[in-house]
Amino acid sequence: MSDMSSAVVEKYHNDFLKEVEANVEEGEWVRMCMQCGVCSGSCPLGPHWAHPPQEIFMMIRAGKREEVLTSDSMWMCTSCYNCIVRCPRGLPITHIMHGLAHYAHVLDLAPKNQPTRRFSKMFWDNITKNGRANELKLGLSLYFKDGFGPGVKEALKNKALGQAMMKTKRMNPMEFFGGHGVKDKSGLHAMLEKAREIEEAKLKRPAN
Amino acid sequence: MAKKEYSFYPGCSSQKGASASNLQTSVDAMCDALDIQLNEIPDWNCCSASIGYGEGGELPRIALSARNLALSEEHNPGQDLVATCAACWLATREAAERLNDDNQLMAEANQALAAAGLKLEPPKPQRVRHMVEVLIEDLGFDALGEKVQRPLEGIKIASYIGCQTNRPFGIAGESFENPVYLDKLVDTLGGDSIPDYEKKVQCCGGALMFSEPEKSQELVKGILEAAHDNGADMIVTPCPLCQMNTEVYQDQINERHGTSFNMPVVYYSQLMSVAYGKNANQAGLDGQIIKATKLEELAKK
Repeated sequence: MSDMSSAVVEKYHNDFLKEVEANVEEGEWVRMCMQCGVCSGSCPLGPHWAHPPQEIFMMIRAGKREEVLTSDSMWMCTSCYNCIVRCPRGLPITHIMHGLAHYAHVLDLAPKNQPTRRFSKMFWDNITKNGRANELKLGLSLYFKDGFGPGVKEALKNKALGQAMMKTKRMNPMEFFGGHGVKDKSGLHAMLEKAREIEEAKLKRPAN
Repeated sequence: MAKKEYSFYPGCSSQKGASASNLQTSVDAMCDALDIQLNEIPDWNCCSASIGYGEGGELPRIALSARNLALSEEHNPGQDLVATCAACWLATREAAERLNDDNQLMAEANQALAAAGLKLEPPKPQRVRHMVEVLIEDLGFDALGEKVQRPLEGIKIASYIGCQTNRPFGIAGESFENPVYLDKLVDTLGGDSIPDYEKKVQCCGGALMFSEPEKSQELVKGILEAAHDNGADMIVTPCPLCQMNTEVYQDQINERHGTSFNMPVVYYSQLMSVAYGKNANQAGLDGQIIKATKLEELAKK
């Protein structure tokens, strides 16, 4: 377990529900779940969750910290918002799943090679570098995520797709040398650094 | 008709040479026909869509949208902020609502914005709207129908709304399970809608198309299959990611599942541009990987 993770466990005296309520986006809603299972039945990737949302909520309340945070379940969320609009208790389930995934990522308990965890980081790094997405570089970093050899194989597999995108002017090879971005990059970076600083301070504050 | 003006947030995929550049081309043509003026927010940034959360976290993500809201208010004061991308709209509207509901979040966002020399002044609840809302609420179907020069006669079109244009906010007065505005629009333009299209709000996998292609392509297969079974000539969607996910992977889906899909997927703004008399390039039809032949033929008339 990472140092930060052991520190939080101690801070909340092993009360995982309290920890989630304090540290996870929209976590204060978790105790409202009445275990009806509509969320799990509504999820387009439902069959692929080791623990569907309803089960995750009960596991949090049962203190199954390790099982929840190391699970790849939350990373199955496609952000379709079906669960949110159908939940009879109005829980913002999509946001709670994003929040749990982010929390598990920050504590570095999330599965290392979980593909959506890796893509999420790739995406964030891509869009914050220049302030706007560089789709070409995002595609390339996705292909080459496991090194040069597998990358070439992956790129060749998707060659026809890439060529079609370029032919229809929906991908620009010149993006490789810069591409779109905001003018005020330093302002944007300073803003994000400040936001991150505020969040980190919150994680370190004493428990109520 | 007086010109309607909006503060416009195009989003990354609508930029030149990006995956939904043909959406922007057709939105420009559509707005020209409808006398709508879009004032682009200067120096707007990415909203981090629905996948940035893993690394981004809550406040950095909301700060991104807060920056766009602040720039919009500074440069296009008093104008509704309008987005054409589902993810841009959702992220910005959600951020605006949360910021206005939560004083502490607003204070923290302003601390972050101050580092970029910006400020979001509460209370100024900006309206964050989807282009589709502008069309339906500010113009209305009657006005949209009046501009039709080339009815989409004999073209059968499956309306695929997808997720984020529909949930969690959706369009006022529409149901989450069976929204009908896109069918109504198809009918208004003289086309044949498919009101019983079963997959109109089915998820396409979203950003997981990149990280979990097999799982996502299986979802897309269902969307295409239902359109095909209903006799659709093409699919229409309001969402750039839905468009890409349902159009560009058809070869891979065919290879993986032994199917033979060749289903064009267009934007509502492309249907409107053609119906309003614009040519194929103005309607962004040159951006289709699977050619929308029936629309191209109509655009020549």
